[in-house]
Amino acid sequence: MSTFFLLIPVLLVAGVVAWLSERVRSTLPNWIALITFIATTLWVIVIWLNGPNAEGLYAEWVKPWIPRFGIDFRFEVDGLSLMLIGLTTFLGIVAVVSSWTETKTRHGFFQFNILWVMAGVVGVFSAFDLFLFFFFWEVMLIPMYFLIAIWGHEEKEYASMKFFLFTQISGLLMLVAIIALVWIHYNISGTLSFDYDVLKNAEIGGATARLLMLGFFIAFITKLPSVPVHTWLPDAHTQAPTAGSVILAGILLKTGAYGIIRFVVTLFPEASQEFWMWGMTFGVISILYGGYLAYSQIDFKRLVAYSSIAHMGFILVGVYSFTELGTQGAIITMIAHGFSTAALFMMAGALQERLHTREMSQMGGLWVRAPRMGAVTMFFVIASVGMPGLGNFIGEFLVLIGAFQKSVVLTVFATIGIVVAAVYGLSLMQRSFQGVPNPDVSQMPDFAFREMSVMVLLMIALVWVGIYPQSLLRMTESFLSGLGYPL
Amino acid sequence: MNVATMFQAGLPYMVLTGGLLVVMIGVSIKRTHAVAAVLTIITLVVTILSHVLAYSSLGDGAIQITPLFKVDGVAYLFNILFLLAALVVAFLGSEFISVHVRFKEEFYLLLLCATLGSLVLPAAVHFASLILGLEIIGISLYAMIAYPEKARPPLEAGLKYLVLSGVGSTALLFGMAMIYAGSGSMEFASSHPADGSMEAQYLYLIGNAFFWSGIAFKLSLVPFHIWTPDVYHGAPSVTTGFLATVSKGAVFAVVFRYAVEGDVLDSGNVQLALILIACASMVIGNLLALLQTNLKRILAYSSIAHMGYLLIALLLVESNKVLGYETVVVYLVGYFLMTLAAFGVISVLSNNHERELDTIDSVNGLFWRQPAAGAVLIVSAISLAGIPLTIGFVAKFYVFAAGIDGSMWILISALVLGSAIGIYYYLRIVFTAIKKPSDEFGTITDLPWTGLGILSFIGLCMLVFGIYPTPLINLVQSVVQASGF
Repeated sequence: MSTFFLLIPVLLVAGVVAWLSERVRSTLPNWIALITFIATTLWVIVIWLNGPNAEGLYAEWVKPWIPRFGIDFRFEVDGLSLMLIGLTTFLGIVAVVSSWTETKTRHGFFQFNILWVMAGVVGVFSAFDLFLFFFFWEVMLIPMYFLIAIWGHEEKEYASMKFFLFTQISGLLMLVAIIALVWIHYNISGTLSFDYDVLKNAEIGGATARLLMLGFFIAFITKLPSVPVHTWLPDAHTQAPTAGSVILAGILLKTGAYGIIRFVVTLFPEASQEFWMWGMTFGVISILYGGYLAYSQIDFKRLVAYSSIAHMGFILVGVYSFTELGTQGAIITMIAHGFSTAALFMMAGALQERLHTREMSQMGGLWVRAPRMGAVTMFFVIASVGMPGLGNFIGEFLVLIGAFQKSVVLTVFATIGIVVAAVYGLSLMQRSFQGVPNPDVSQMPDFAFREMSVMVLLMIALVWVGIYPQSLLRMTESFLSGLGYPL
Repeated sequence: MNVATMFQAGLPYMVLTGGLLVVMIGVSIKRTHAVAAVLTIITLVVTILSHVLAYSSLGDGAIQITPLFKVDGVAYLFNILFLLAALVVAFLGSEFISVHVRFKEEFYLLLLCATLGSLVLPAAVHFASLILGLEIIGISLYAMIAYPEKARPPLEAGLKYLVLSGVGSTALLFGMAMIYAGSGSMEFASSHPADGSMEAQYLYLIGNAFFWSGIAFKLSLVPFHIWTPDVYHGAPSVTTGFLATVSKGAVFAVVFRYAVEGDVLDSGNVQLALILIACASMVIGNLLALLQTNLKRILAYSSIAHMGYLLIALLLVESNKVLGYETVVVYLVGYFLMTLAAFGVISVLSNNHERELDTIDSVNGLFWRQPAAGAVLIVSAISLAGIPLTIGFVAKFYVFAAGIDGSMWILISALVLGSAIGIYYYLRIVFTAIKKPSDEFGTITDLPWTGLGILSFIGLCMLVFGIYPTPLINLVQSVVQASGF
């Protein structure tokens, strides 16, 4: 059980090995990264099949780190964490495959960064010490920054800088909030500890709790992202290499959602409950505004990026409904959105590699040229629109049921977002793959086995979440019952 | 207190002075660069080792050597830090001067002299020893700055530093005189007229205004920072590295001692002035750095901001001395490592060039052209920005903790704002270093291996202490507690 935490060192070491292996053969790093991610995914599945212990934990590992401040290496994996770690390693496979031929140079350092981002993310999802959490929160940024800044497209400097500044500055606020929380707890209880389970029971109320809660909240909605701190996302996504986009949308955004669910609402329950109106309103605005902006885009990748903002809005609405169904819906949305958006970004990357453009006006009628790509895109567009039977539907549906109990008006507006999603989703499909074939694109290689195999895996995953969501819901049962929400 | 223990406690000072004399006599007998360099390095190493013996003489915390000095564990900790930095400067400097200057050996004399001055300050408990140490450093630095006699910029920088540092010292001396006039004592501990007359209180306040202005000159805090970028820019990088680390660290050590012993922050006015200076340094230092295109000027403004961060630890003295002292030491260790690494990279890169390669464009694609130097520069920039995995984050964490411990929310806001601005220009260095190099820049192969080796070691230290700072923290904590705070 405790060996599961070797997952992080394994990823780190694999990164170094991949970097060095470049000297042997230039494609070797790709293979090393791929094998690492397949192996770790299988490892997660084994842990999952083994089941949790009596406390609902799949794994646990604690060692003192900086005793001076009561900081520990405290890794714990409950159902929620395991689910997201599984998503991480699985999307690692997708990221590696999607960039197999895209990067022309420096494969070694590229795969090194991918593996290190993933190590950081796994750390974020399993750290139960606030200092450790913050540590990983920042650690995953640096390789991501390198991915965008080195292998990005035309405006990589601007995009990577913006991405880094947004997350860093909001991170600083969180750091202040973390230390302040710890010190206030220290002044009350006399023990200096960054342990999540200890701080959860800190009795902080009133204005202090509200301010601290805001420190965390701002950091997490910047990462999520929600309106009004979303502006880094379209730039970062558009400029990032395909693997970067897949990781960014599939996983890094989820760390923001995870932070809200794990930390904001549990560390500051009362302050958060009072805040529900704001949380849900931010969510609804993100849904509608993100959808509106997505429809207005002419760039394939940018459209998908804005649609992410809309989908993330549902997570905020779900969490801030403070109902069990709403939170479950938010969690399912995290997973399903990870699958569907990763696929769409992979498609955007594949199109750019073939056509050297992301503009939909240069596309049109591509289905004729590449029927497999057309069908795949159709599937994932429909999934992200919210077709029943696929994962996204379950998530959004549960969110809406939960939200309905809290505020009918906001739920109505959120539901309108689903209509907007259909509009931009189908317009994406029509402008790129349907309509009159663009005469400039006389031929385009279709997806080969490498790409199709990953796409099929993603499809299976989405159908599985859509048809049998209970398998995921069961994993979060113990966490949710601890929150004590109404149904 | 018997004389033997007193000598034992003062051993490092005597060893260093002895070594200094040996080098001087050696140079005057026969000029040999290699011998002077080796003797200097031996002197520094032996002085470091002598601290072990000296530390064992400290029974219950501290030993007073004459009214001028009080040595304790913390002073030794500072000493070792300064000596290690001097060692790095000696190594990097030997490569620099073997190529760039005609008269090589005096550099080592100046370096040892300046180091001796920096060792005086952490132990000073008297205004006389304060000014003594300060001037030993200052006078050696004038010459070290202007050392490459063929080029104009160092000369100009040396002159600027001479004039402005002189003004700073004058303000300092005048302030001391007024404090003395008020309290009748030059010792830190009794310089505070606790229940003196109105007149004494006024003298104390005005004296402190002058005193802290002088100190702010030396630490280049806003608004006394104007000289910093010019001097940093003009001086050879090795000297700048020394100036930015050891000379500032030593001054900080002594004012911290003054704040602890003299209880000067008891006065609300002094506190307010320091808070304003700290906020201005953090924000303005970082803002001005945004406008620069020269690496050394960027680092100059960044050092202004870092000194502002450190003032937070100083302001904690009133409520929590232990955490304050720990913060200062840990922060200085981090600051020394990252600053020396940054200036070291510039120095090593420029070794074979007539002019220093100190524009930001000259590190274009450095990570691909010379991976070791590039990696050190990137780690150092990330560390200066205070991002985890590096010691810079541990240091910044301490400052945050200190600020929150003292509930200094205005300073915390300025710290957040300053750090946020800072990320932008540090990241620009990182971005330039990882950019695909353009054709005019080829691979760099002919760098001196000792310099690269030292830099790689510093880079490694930044990462190791960034990930596992516990040994460092434990050491600092135990020494601070043993020193009886």
